Order: sequence, then C-alpha cells, then structure tokens
Amino acid sequence: MSGTFLGIPKFPAAAKKALSDSQLRRNLAHATGTIRAKRAAVVGEVADWEQLRLAGEAIKNRVLRHLPHYLEQLEKSLTAAGATVHWAVDAAEANRIVVDIAQRHGTDEVVKVKSMATQEVELNTALEAAGIRAWETDLAELIVQLGDDLPSHILVPAIHRNRAEVREIFLGKMGRVGKAAPDDLTDEPKRLAEAARTHLREKFLRAKVAVSGANFAVAETGTLTVVESEGNGRMCLTLPEVLVSVVGIEKVLPTFQDLDVMLQLLPRSSTGERMNPYTSMWTGVTPGDGPQEVHVILLDNGRTNVLADPTGRQALRCIRCSACLNVCPVYERTGGHAYGSVYPGPIGAILTPMLRGSDPQSDSLPYASSLCGACFEVCPVRIDIPAVLVHLRSRVVDEHKEASALPSVQDMAFKAASWTLASSRRTAAAEKAAGLGGRILGKRARTAPGGRAVLGPLPGPAAGWSQSRDIPVPAAESFRDWWKRTEGGTRDTGSAPTARRKGGRS
Amino acid sequence: MSSVGLMVTCMNDALFPDTGRAVVTLLRRLGVEVGFPAKQTCCGQPMVNTGYLDEAVPLLRNHLDAFVGCEAVVVPSGSCAGSVRHQHRILAERSGDPGLVRAVEQAPPVYELTEYLVDVLGVVDVGAYFPHRVTYHPTCHSLRMLGVGDRPTRLLRGVRGLTLLELPAADECCGFGGTFAVKNADTSVAMGSDKARHVRESGAEVLVAGDNSCLMHIGGLLSRERSGIRVMHLAEILAATETTRTRTTEPEAVTAR
Repeated sequence: MSGTFLGIPKFPAAAKKALSDSQLRRNLAHATGTIRAKRAAVVGEVADWEQLRLAGEAIKNRVLRHLPHYLEQLEKSLTAAGATVHWAVDAAEANRIVVDIAQRHGTDEVVKVKSMATQEVELNTALEAAGIRAWETDLAELIVQLGDDLPSHILVPAIHRNRAEVREIFLGKMGRVGKAAPDDLTDEPKRLAEAARTHLREKFLRAKVAVSGANFAVAETGTLTVVESEGNGRMCLTLPEVLVSVVGIEKVLPTFQDLDVMLQLLPRSSTGERMNPYTSMWTGVTPGDGPQEVHVILLDNGRTNVLADPTGRQALRCIRCSACLNVCPVYERTGGHAYGSVYPGPIGAILTPMLRGSDPQSDSLPYASSLCGACFEVCPVRIDIPAVLVHLRSRVVDEHKEASALPSVQDMAFKAASWTLASSRRTAAAEKAAGLGGRILGKRARTAPGGRAVLGPLPGPAAGWSQSRDIPVPAAESFRDWWKRTEGGTRDTGSAPTARRKGGRS
Repeated sequence: MSSVGLMVTCMNDALFPDTGRAVVTLLRRLGVEVGFPAKQTCCGQPMVNTGYLDEAVPLLRNHLDAFVGCEAVVVPSGSCAGSVRHQHRILAERSGDPGLVRAVEQAPPVYELTEYLVDVLGVVDVGAYFPHRVTYHPTCHSLRMLGVGDRPTRLLRGVRGLTLLELPAADECCGFGGTFAVKNADTSVAMGSDKARHVRESGAEVLVAGDNSCLMHIGGLLSRERSGIRVMHLAEILAATETTRTRTTEPEAVTAR
C-alpha cells in the first residue's frame, strides 16, 4: 500500500522538483524551525551537555569496537529470559522470518510500532505480498501509510504534510481499511488525533501479533527499549500475544547503566523534550503478563560493511534522533524524499551509500551537503558527518576512476587544476590569461554596487553558477602580480590594468 | 616586530586581490612585517571537498614548501584556515609518505585574520573608520570549523562610524559550499536567496564576512536582484581609515596610496 524509494532520481534532480513545491517548503521550514527551537532550549538547560555527548560517543564506540562480543552476550541474555533470537543477514531474510511467525500464528494482520529498521527492510511490502496487512500505529506513519506516501523524516515521517492535507487523507482513506473518520472532521489537531485514536483502537484490540524495532538493546540483561510519544507503542508492546522486534545490530548497549546517558541524549535531541512521554522496556517473556512469545531479529543488512570502514563506521553510533535533519539547511529546503531512502538528511547522506553500496543515486548523496557543519554541532553522539561526507566523496571519485577506462569531464578538470595549481609559475600564467579574459569580458560587464564588474547569465560550464547569480569578472591584475609590480605595495602603485568600468572608458 | 607570511588564497589572488592588499595595509598599520611567499598557490580544499584527494597532494606539497620558515601564517579566510588545520593531516596520512606527515606537523601555525588580530596582536580596535550600516555573516567554516566566535564582531564594533546591524538567521549556511554551488545549484540558490532576503531585512548597506567565497555567492544573488547592497571582506573594512577611499566609493583605492 505504501510506496517505495526504488527508482528515485539522483539528488540534484529530486531536489529541484521538491524546491519548486512551495507548499512543501513552507511546511518544512515551519516544522523544522519549531523543533530546532525546542531542541536548542532544552539542550541549553543542561550544563554538562558536552560531557553527555562525549559519554554517548564513548559508549557507542565501545559497542562498535567489541560488537561480536556484545551481540553474543545479548543473544544469551535474551534466550535466558525466554525470547527467541534470530539473525538476519539482509532485508529478505528479516522479512521472511516475520512472515513465517505471522503465518504460524494463522493471522493475516499485524500492528506495528514505528521502527526505522522495518522501514529500511520494507517489511510492510513483504507482508502484503504474503497476504498479511501491517497497520502502522504511530500517527505520522499512519498518515504516510494511508496517503500511499513515503516517509520523509526519521522522527516525523509525515513532516512534509500539513493539517489540511492530513484531514483529506483521513477522510478519504480511513474507511477503506477500518473505522472511518467522522464526516465532520476538521483540521484541528485534537480532532485529527481523536480520529486516529478511534481508528487504531480497533486494531490494537484485535491484533495477535505486533512488530516493533528497538531504540536500545541491553546486552547484560537482554532488555529491549522503545521510546515514544503517543502510547501506541505501549499498546503494541503489551496487548498482543506475540511480539517480534527487528533490531539493527548496532543498537546493542553493554549495560543497563548505559541507558542513563542515552535516555538523556535522545529525547532532548529528537523531540526537544526533557523526557519522552512513554519509555517501554521488556526482557523476554513474563508468564501471564504481556506477549507470551517474544522474537528478536538481529539485523545486519549492510551494517558490517559500514563497520569495516574506519572513517565511516561512526555512522553506526547514530541513535536516530533526527537532530541533524532539523538543522540541515539542505534538508529544510528539499525535504526527505529527495534523499531516496528512509534515512534522509545528513545522516542519510552518509548512512545510505554505505548500507546500500554504490549506484548513481547513492553516489549523489555525499554531495548533497554544503559541509556547513551544523549537523555535527547538534549530533548527540558526535558523528562527524562533514568528515564522513568528504571521505565518501573520495570513495565515489576513486571507484569511478577504477571502474571506467575514460576519465569524466570532472576528472579531467580537477587533474588540470591540480597540475596548474601545483606550481606558482603555472598558476600565475593561468591568472594572467583569466585577467586578460576579464578585460575582454569587462566590455559586456555591468557594474555592481562597490564598483565591481559582474557578468549576467552565461552559457556552457558557467551556466550552473550564473543562472541566478552574477559572476565577478576576474581581476585584471592578480594579487601576486600587484605584489611583484609594486614590491609588496612599497613602490608607487601607478596604474594597474583594470576590468572595472569607470566613467566612459572600459 | 612580528612577521608573518600572508596566505592570500587562490580565490583572493585571482578574483579579489583587493582583500589581500587590505590585509597588507592593515597589518603594516599595526606594525607587522608582512611577507608574501610567492611560491604559494592553493591549499587544496576544492579538490579535497570534491573527493579528489590524490589531486590535492601536489598542492599540499607546494603549500608546505611555500610557507616553510615563516614565523606564522595569516589568511583572510576561515574556510582556507580550516582546510589547512583539518584537512592537511588527513591528506598527508592518506599519501602514505611519512615525510609529508612530518612536514604537516612542523608547518608554521596558521591564523585566520581575526584570530591573529585578537589572539596574537591582542587588538580589537585596529584604528579603522567606516561610516556605514553593516551586517556580518559568520561563514560556516569560521563559525564551526575554526570557532572564531565573536572576534569578528568585536573588531567591527571597534570601527569608528560603523553601525553594526543584526543579521536574521545569521548562523545558517548561505549555500555556497564550494562545488556544491554548481553540483546542487538549485538548492544552493534556494539557500542563498533566503540569506540575501535576510541581508535585505537587516537594513544594512554593506554585507561583510571573512570569506570571499561566501560573499561571491551571496553578492552574486544580491547583484542579480539589483538590491544595491554591497558585499565586502572584513579585511577591507578594517583597513579603511578617514583618508582611505574604499571601493564603496572608488574602486581602486583600498591601499590608500
């Protein structure tokens, strides 16, 4: 029922489409602006925030250094507590395990707690193919699912929709899959939430099997944790007879004590709250209380490839808070769909290419950033996203050089620039040529405020720059030539060649 | 007397030589002996940021050669200072040449201009005069990679006649980002247009920043919009005095000679 990211074009093309949607840009600017301000305020309250970040980074680094050890410990603890542990190397294997469990229990529907891991493996599509309907119970996921849409944000998958659009979706779609929305539904948040609550209640009470992810999995105790805001997660985790949790292998934490740090970092970074409204923890099976059959699927799906990359592995520290999305000026203008993955924004731009490997869309993602560094500044576990972006750009360039016999236009341009700029003599000669070109171009230039000669739209390779931006005419005399001519400004400067228009001459 | 090597940056050299001349004027006025190692070209940042690391190594070697023996290096660019401090080591390590790693470790300290003025010379009043309404854009690399903090605005507040106006959403990236401006031109322009709008809203006559790259992008949009707002590098304002005719009035006279 929901869409798929398959066939999304490269980032620049997808972004161009999103940029032309003014409603989308307004929705995004408003929503990210609001969360950004909330986060800044609650983070500002914590005196030792930087110490907390360092602690979070250290915990996750310890996990990644000894991942096999903690995973084995987690498996043992879970099994001892009565859970069944499964290992899934990829999406297909994870999906098959979930389908098998549902079919064994003779059910044709499951309720779901919002989970990035199940989005990543496209579990809903796999269940649907097996004739099993998966009901998303998180409000935003429900909006995306009912709207036959794709998620565009890690925390708020329907961030690109506004209230009026949500009302339309509820009125049009709810009745087809369950309890319909009331005819007099308005776009008041309270009324929309009420419609969703009534619609979902029916599904919670009927479902035999629930599927969740986990924010954290504690190795020493076998405890899984889900944090959420709506209580839908609590319903899914406690009501059904069978609970299946799909958990990325990087979600493991060594000790229960480590939750102390993580549960301080996560809510402030993600929803801008001091603490999330619902924190649910479960450890295997408790006879007579909650699900009586508990399965945990430990998912790799490319994660060990990420781990093998010494620079890139820090992306596995990610706790999916989405703070980087909310501060990213690129995300704010293009939205999440342009990233072509359930992981959009800065973290998606590094995680997706590493999880998925090289393809034209993946290869465009590391370039979908101005490297402004705002993402690193807010990351609660200090992932140096700009450094990983640059690292992945070099991987794209290197792989392309190896794979193709002929260098690209870009390869040749950088090779030529490298040759020129490795020598001051060649650089000076190139600048002289540019200065001469500047004097010629100066004739068609306009004078910008301050006296600078600028050019309007240009054809050819300069078009990408000059379509919307005036381009400065190269200086008639470079700094190095000025320094040489005037001995560093100590001799009479005299007249220099000029590209500027002054009075009638030019 | 202190002496420094001026790293003028490749972009300033070819496109914005006035900035380099302003730095020379300013530092001399403050009693600093300025040298210009003629061997210098580019720090390699455009290559590194686009993923062409192998192509950047010859530039790194040339850069290290050019500045060897300098007491300190001053550069009127947060971006290029950041590149030298954070990328050169990565580049040297990747090259697999231990000699290059050693050369990077032993290279003279590099200061972005406002760091040098405030931290090394200990001045915030550089004796400048600039009677205009100005707003300041803290470029991302100055702000986050270097952490120059309020040094630029302290220096601007020390300029006589200058009215410093607040820039809305000042900390947000203008969308330049090197080759990002071309590879993702539409997104870059969308970001830059919002920045240009904020500059107009500030009520300033002049937008100032410590990086000509960002100014070229924002200035290119302001100019296309015929906004009438000028963009200037911070060094050019700090170099200006009562007797200086800056390029706001007369194009050629930044060096005041």
